[in-house]
Amino acid sequence: MPAWTPDQPMVRLSDVRKSFGEFEVLKGVSFDVKKGEVICIIGPSGSGKSTLIRCINALVPINSGSILVEGLEVNDPALDKLALRRKVGMVFQQYNLFPHKNALQNIMMAPLHVLKQDRGEVEARAHALLKKVRLEGKADAYPGELSGGQQQRVAIARSLAMRPDLMLFDEVTAALDPETVKEVLVTIRELAQEGMTCILVTHEMGFAREIADHVYFTDHGIIVEHGPPAELLDNPREERTRAFLEQVL
Amino acid sequence: MKTGTPGKTTDLPVLLDVAQIAPKNIRLPRLRLWHGVALFGAVLLFSSIAGAQTGPAEASPIAVIFKWMPLLLRGFLFNLLLSVLSMALGTILGVPLGLMQLSNLRTLRACAWAFTQFFRNAPWLVLLFFAMYLVPYQFELGGVIVPFPDWVKAVIGFALPVMANVAEIVRGAVQSLPGGQWEAAESLAFTRRQTMWMIILPQCLQRMLPPWMNVYSIITMSTVLASIVGINEMLTLTAQVHNAEGGRPDLLAPLYGFALLCFFIYCYPINLWTVRLERRFHVKS
Repeated sequence: MPAWTPDQPMVRLSDVRKSFGEFEVLKGVSFDVKKGEVICIIGPSGSGKSTLIRCINALVPINSGSILVEGLEVNDPALDKLALRRKVGMVFQQYNLFPHKNALQNIMMAPLHVLKQDRGEVEARAHALLKKVRLEGKADAYPGELSGGQQQRVAIARSLAMRPDLMLFDEVTAALDPETVKEVLVTIRELAQEGMTCILVTHEMGFAREIADHVYFTDHGIIVEHGPPAELLDNPREERTRAFLEQVL
Repeated sequence: MKTGTPGKTTDLPVLLDVAQIAPKNIRLPRLRLWHGVALFGAVLLFSSIAGAQTGPAEASPIAVIFKWMPLLLRGFLFNLLLSVLSMALGTILGVPLGLMQLSNLRTLRACAWAFTQFFRNAPWLVLLFFAMYLVPYQFELGGVIVPFPDWVKAVIGFALPVMANVAEIVRGAVQSLPGGQWEAAESLAFTRRQTMWMIILPQCLQRMLPPWMNVYSIITMSTVLASIVGINEMLTLTAQVHNAEGGRPDLLAPLYGFALLCFFIYCYPINLWTVRLERRFHVKS
């Protein structure tokens, strides 16, 4: 396989199919994500968005098709999952911080034990990341002592500590109180502006419009249509997209 | 669609969401030490009434108990020794067995499951007999002969059901953790082993402690089964004391009542503590 170079798509999905038992969740999904691009996936619940994003870092194995991440074939039994996951960070709807560790330890754990990096350097980076997500004073706080928005920002910092090339965001604001949604979105926007490649599953249409380079609308396991946010959100071509947007906007 | 929910969580009631099984705000009556003393006093009272009918020439039940108390208490200590050792051995064997049930390897998982179910669903007395009569009385290890006295065999016999129950506690606790913890660890490129030891098990310790203490309290009370296979623990000694005192019927209740009281005083605080821990952990989570 030729080595991946930054001018090629960072992520390339080709005809990805996935079934849970009888139920086919993804029925042939294809798209490309270029380096530095921000794409948003929107669509009704149960349309396969979360599964799609989980396939990209091999949390969910796919049945057929191909997913290339920086030239690494994800749908390969011999895949080095750990190598893949070092390139790909992920943030979850339920934050999933480790409740027995404080914010700083949450951030430091993976670089220390997975990447085996030097403790002093990792700690300095963790403090810098906390500052970046505006939680300087919360290094010693345990997840249970933080608000949802704060936990989610720690989770973002935890992912970034691995220095990923690609970030996946799975409905990261869906479980948050409305007043804390904004602080998380600000953090993601800054990341996007710094050139991080991001794939977001989101219900925040306004946010998708603002930061996405490209929006994909999925329903029943296929990409119904896609395009630049202004085009897709304002002038959807498909009836299904229109019906969905009318419901959520 | 969410993929995070792992299949079955647990069949241990203590690990289920407490709110699901226990209606809130039920106040259990708090037993205090004086309840036990009152119970013992009542036993003595009834037995002294019985004693009054047998004639004045014999020692009173209280005097008999006092006379034999050092022996009986030594017997009780032996019960405690059996319970501690079998709990320790059972835990040492049970934790790996529980982890094997969570293995990625299907065969290993199936074997560990079958092994656990076999020992969990066998009567404890049968397991005790099994250990007493099937374990050799000595064991040769590289030219050194390691003797297996009866009490060691009894420890093995009690450790078997403890092992199976501890294995279930470990499995249940691990599976009761939200799947998101595994996903988060996986997405950070932790290996399965790292995830288990650094992320999952530390969180499970808390959940495992109350049911583990429960098993301990039950095994402590079950150590009297050893009297059936002729080990000189408290119940055996109580019977011997009764015989030595001429088998007087009026001594039955006080002597066995004393044994009851000893176990009660030891086990009841453990249960109280268990309930308190359960409550505290539940509030926290």
